[in-house]
Amino acid sequence: MIYLKSFLVAGIICMIGQIILDKTKLTPGHITTIFVIVGAFLDIFNIYDKIILFAGGGALVPITSFGHLLIHGALENTVKYGITGLLIGMFDLTASGITSSIIIAFVLALIFKPKD
Amino acid sequence: MDKEKYQKIVDKNIPKENVKINATKAFLVGGFMGIIGQLLLDLYTTWLDIPTKDASTYMIITLIFIGSLFTALGFFDKWVSWANCGLIVPITGFAHAMTSAALEYKKEGFVLGIGANIFKLTGSVILYGVVSAYFFGLIRVLLFGG
Repeated sequence: MIYLKSFLVAGIICMIGQIILDKTKLTPGHITTIFVIVGAFLDIFNIYDKIILFAGGGALVPITSFGHLLIHGALENTVKYGITGLLIGMFDLTASGITSSIIIAFVLALIFKPKD
Repeated sequence: MDKEKYQKIVDKNIPKENVKINATKAFLVGGFMGIIGQLLLDLYTTWLDIPTKDASTYMIITLIFIGSLFTALGFFDKWVSWANCGLIVPITGFAHAMTSAALEYKKEGFVLGIGANIFKLTGSVILYGVVSAYFFGLIRVLLFGG
């Protein structure tokens, strides 16, 4: 059942992106940027948290979860540090993803040659 | 012929079916990525006996690694141009954008090439993600106290 929910939620999020891409002049860069902002926005009211509870991996895979992780990392630290916690905790939950993509991209760029 | 008229004719002649086909492809591929994500979550929680929160970190790193590796091997570009948002919106798109930028600018050197351009496509995601998370976080602290 969780797999069906994952399929539907991830599929619908990607489909919304595709429809925006086809119907407007926005580029994939615009779409991913908008989706990250939407992910952060929805968690002002804990909405994306509920989507993750409902769909598990299906809600964690799309880039919207990046916005969700940014705002929650920031908010978790406001408990201890007050408003400065937003600055301290911003990358707490996304550090692993950002760091691993940087290291992996760099090492692969050293090893491989670009096509054509 | 002025530009507006020309644009109207272009818009009229873009086949509508393509929009439906592209949306279906994105839905199916994106949904499949969601299933892979959930599958990895389940595998990591059972095999490694770790909480879901940690498993989701491993899952995201795994997808980033796969996206980057397939990009570096050269065939992921074709997959992305076929499935479009089905692979761009999932975290694999982030990895794809970063790795292809690093590979593409490799020839311009380590600092001015890879260094200056690795965030060329993903920089916007990080920039606006951080700025929006900061201000939305601020709003939430002021409204609900965190």
